[in-house]
Amino acid sequence: MEAFADFWATYSTLIFTVGIHALLALSLWLTLSCGLLSLANAAFMGIGAYTAALLTLHLHWPFPMVLAAGGLAPAAVALLIGAPTLRLSGVYLAMATLAFGEVTRILVLNLEITGGPEGLNGIPLLTTWWHIVLILAAAGYALARLRRSRMGRAFEAIREDEVAARMMGIDVEGHKLAAFTLGAVLAGLAGALNAHSTFFISPREYGFENAVDILTMTILGGISSLIGPVLGATILTLLPELLRFLHAYRLAVNGLILIGVVLFLPTGLWDSRRLRQFVGDWRNRREGKP
Amino acid sequence: MSMLSIRGIGKHFGGLQVLQDVNIEVPGGAIFALIGPNGAGKTTVFNLVTGLLKPSSGSISFLGQDLAGVAAHRITRLGIARTFQNIRLFPDMTLLQNVMVGRHHLTNYGGFAALFATPSFREAERRSRERALELLSWVKLDHKAESTADNLSYGEQRKLEFARALATEPKLLLLDEPVAGMNSSEKAVLMEEIRNIRDRGYGVFLIEHDMRFVMNLCDRVAVLNFGRIIAEGAPDEIRSSPEVIEAYLGRGDEAEVLP
Repeated sequence: MEAFADFWATYSTLIFTVGIHALLALSLWLTLSCGLLSLANAAFMGIGAYTAALLTLHLHWPFPMVLAAGGLAPAAVALLIGAPTLRLSGVYLAMATLAFGEVTRILVLNLEITGGPEGLNGIPLLTTWWHIVLILAAAGYALARLRRSRMGRAFEAIREDEVAARMMGIDVEGHKLAAFTLGAVLAGLAGALNAHSTFFISPREYGFENAVDILTMTILGGISSLIGPVLGATILTLLPELLRFLHAYRLAVNGLILIGVVLFLPTGLWDSRRLRQFVGDWRNRREGKP
Repeated sequence: MSMLSIRGIGKHFGGLQVLQDVNIEVPGGAIFALIGPNGAGKTTVFNLVTGLLKPSSGSISFLGQDLAGVAAHRITRLGIARTFQNIRLFPDMTLLQNVMVGRHHLTNYGGFAALFATPSFREAERRSRERALELLSWVKLDHKAESTADNLSYGEQRKLEFARALATEPKLLLLDEPVAGMNSSEKAVLMEEIRNIRDRGYGVFLIEHDMRFVMNLCDRVAVLNFGRIIAEGAPDEIRSSPEVIEAYLGRGDEAEVLP
């Protein structure tokens, strides 16, 4: 028991981070599932984090309401900026959402209520492990249901061929806006959880670097199923810690591993189709079939 | 009464006039073909009818409803479905999923029902799956329902696109070069399928290059050349029309040299 207490004391922060990153990767998975290459999710996370932290610090709202607001505030922003930007596709959308992220960061950096470059201090540590587990499980469940519904099929169809999807009677603009907004809800929740588990937040944490990290986690894990993003988030969060023994070479080796994965497994670590094929081959070989 | 009325349609892209004063009346319950040389503007007509492009002038109405300003996905829901000249499937989805996408607006349940897999959700999904399988069996692809669309041969891809278009429960089916790249036995099979479709009460409006295919299959034919309709009538009239022969074969030399 004592060993566990020691372990928890040392690693609880890291475990919290894994859960929050997994939630972020799922938020981007949702956006990508509709074919939208968005870099706005880090900013949505920031909006959720600041909204939640301010509500706790100034208005002393109960934590569940704070979490809900942390999810809804970025969703409102997503609805507002989605209508004009989602007409763009591919790298152009990436650039527009990147610009949105920078505007958000600079705004937070200069506003008085957000504490400017110093950020917000003294946020009560209200996030517990079961908050993260509960929200992550609920998000995973909702996304799994979504995939098996007409909405999930519509997202996939839009990603594969937008014109054909439109000709199938699918409201392409409406679905894109929904994917973008629901992704913002998950990112905002991750931000709210993050703010209440780290005591302190600043604009630095929600900038370009973070946006790329989220994208890397999702793509590294693979977007063919929900397991991929969670796996990618876990690996990318733990890898730097596991490589700690390499000291100064840590980040370089970290980068080399990522390059290797992208080169040799371009569809990500967890590709359900490849795995099915692999399992099928193995069975055939065991049963002596060609 | 005609099902689809195209009246005085013009379309230009910048300075390029693609269609000029095109009038087409597509009847219901019949097979109507639009033919013409490459670059005549046939696919543009389809893109205008399905709402992917907006006409520069003129009007299009379907079953008496003006389509001006109606979004493309709403036009599909009114009952116009199409296939594409260069097949556009959802390659990574299974055949069944491809066809079920076509039933998107006919599968009615809300987010709540989907989230908790309520009986109404399961019932709607089951109906949708059953109808999709039925359509796949029409085109004899039901045995491959669970494989992905990118595994299909060219002819099978065309048939899947056909089934997917029918899944939207259209009243009028637009086929853009349905037999392109098919061999003659495949063509004969598809010809039979299209006749079956018409006999089930659908209207069929198709674009085609293959003259024999058109002349054997269609009830009425219109000919488009350089963005204008130059002839319209029964296949026999079209075959003997001097304008059509000229559009396809060119004019005799003597006529040009001698006054």
